[in-house]
Amino acid sequence: MSNDPVIMKPDANKGLDDRLYTVKYEVDEENSHLSVIDPEACIRCKKKPCISKCPAEVYRWLEDEQVLEIAYENCLECGTCRVVCPYDNFEWEYPRGGFGVAYKFG
Amino acid sequence: MTETQVAEVGTTETGIPDTLEFDVIVVGAGPAGLAAGTVCARAGLNTIIIERGRKPGTKNVMGGVLYTRPTAQVWPEFWKEAPLERCVIEQNQWIMTEDSVIKMGYRSPHFAEGVPNCFTVLRVKIDQYFAEQAEAAGALIINETKVDEVLQDDGRVVGVRTGRPDGDVYAPVVILAEGVNPQLTCALGMQEDLKPDIAAVTVKEVLRLDPEIIEERFGLNEGEGATIEMFGASTRGMLGTAFLYTNQNSLSLGLGVLLSEFAEIPDTPHDLLQELKHHPAVAPLIEGAEPAEYMAHLIPEGGYNEMPALFGHGVMITGDAAQLVNGLHREGSNHAILSGKTAAETAIDAHEKGKFSAQVLGHYRQRLEETAPTIADLRKYRKATKFMEHHPVLSVYPALAAYAFEEMLTVDDKTKRQKQWEIIKEALRRRKPWGMAWDAIDGGLSFI
Repeated sequence: MSNDPVIMKPDANKGLDDRLYTVKYEVDEENSHLSVIDPEACIRCKKKPCISKCPAEVYRWLEDEQVLEIAYENCLECGTCRVVCPYDNFEWEYPRGGFGVAYKFG
Repeated sequence: MTETQVAEVGTTETGIPDTLEFDVIVVGAGPAGLAAGTVCARAGLNTIIIERGRKPGTKNVMGGVLYTRPTAQVWPEFWKEAPLERCVIEQNQWIMTEDSVIKMGYRSPHFAEGVPNCFTVLRVKIDQYFAEQAEAAGALIINETKVDEVLQDDGRVVGVRTGRPDGDVYAPVVILAEGVNPQLTCALGMQEDLKPDIAAVTVKEVLRLDPEIIEERFGLNEGEGATIEMFGASTRGMLGTAFLYTNQNSLSLGLGVLLSEFAEIPDTPHDLLQELKHHPAVAPLIEGAEPAEYMAHLIPEGGYNEMPALFGHGVMITGDAAQLVNGLHREGSNHAILSGKTAAETAIDAHEKGKFSAQVLGHYRQRLEETAPTIADLRKYRKATKFMEHHPVLSVYPALAAYAFEEMLTVDDKTKRQKQWEIIKEALRRRKPWGMAWDAIDGGLSFI
């Protein structure tokens, strides 16, 4: 991989909200099934591919706080963030039984 | 509770089995797990299938095309009653540039005769049908239950720990059909987690459209279906494919891209899907179709080289978790079903012998080699992914081929010979002769 930062185009994901609106979820209000292991690694990470490669825009970089915000309730449970992370920095598991995405067609 | 009730596998009011020992535990109610569960239960084994979704299928995604013959090895004549979408009689391959397309395809009525070759399906419907078959055979399916851990004793797999209170379940054989994210298999040390160069992120939309319009646009009769696989600009030349399949009253449109290549650009999967929907060759086919659902999934692209050890003491790995996908031929569920069936047959044998060692369960891999095309096919294409990564097959060549078509089909003041020369010059400008020679030779070595 080259070292140029690649985060996300400013106009990327336009219209994604409409798309996610078609998805049914059973949100686990009590706990997130996704978390970052070492927040420092996210600061060092230039490309942050988890942000642009997530199909459901779960991740957002909060510039002021220097923290990765995780909207786990949008997660489609594909695993892309975990696999694409150059720092193997995700504590990734499926939501608790019965929770998370519930496809109607699949 | 009377003795007879104890002997039977019942469930409490909450749906939790009151007997926590089984002959076989299957983790995951996808095609691999449901095939395994059905075959085990039919042989009289006390079988539990544990599924984390609310119902089987609700977590599952594929394109999807389901091949009849491998599926019928587990569920004979299922196609006469299962909730299938359309019988595929036409399969197309499109080579795409940004605004043009070279179309190839094969249409034949033979695909619908006798045992039809394949059907388009929607996973939530078809997985629930397979689940009903597994239950009818006697398997117990427990939904809304996540397996957190595989239980081991002295190096032997002896059961699983679920997320339910007092949720340990025991069996001498555990069949892992956990899908593409191999969390349990990795925790057992049987394989390493997926890496970006062996996983493709795939997004898909189900677009609702009237059956009559689908049939008119795709030139189909009632019940007939068509598939289109797209290569080239549909994934911006990155390693991957896009697809458009006809369902009964919807279309499935999606694309998958290898993560190692995709990570180099700032675009999102959603962006690529938007781009695809606006392609001049795709847009008219989906016009007026209403988005009904959006979904995402990983496809394992490691193939033969990344296949884990398929067995250990008390455990066998099936389907996507075992990388049993032939991406080039968009085949996955057929290998999942055959691997589930084969693992089940091995479990039945093991129970007859009363032995569950790695040596006995190792027959699973041997059987899969001998009785199914699965491993042989994966071995044949073991160099395919690397070849595609190292050669500009999906970037340079589609555009070049389109240039050649456009030149030869345009009538102007140039002679055909002049046009041929221009095509050759253009080809050499875009790819050096030794590059092309290397593409051809390595291609031959990688695929034949």
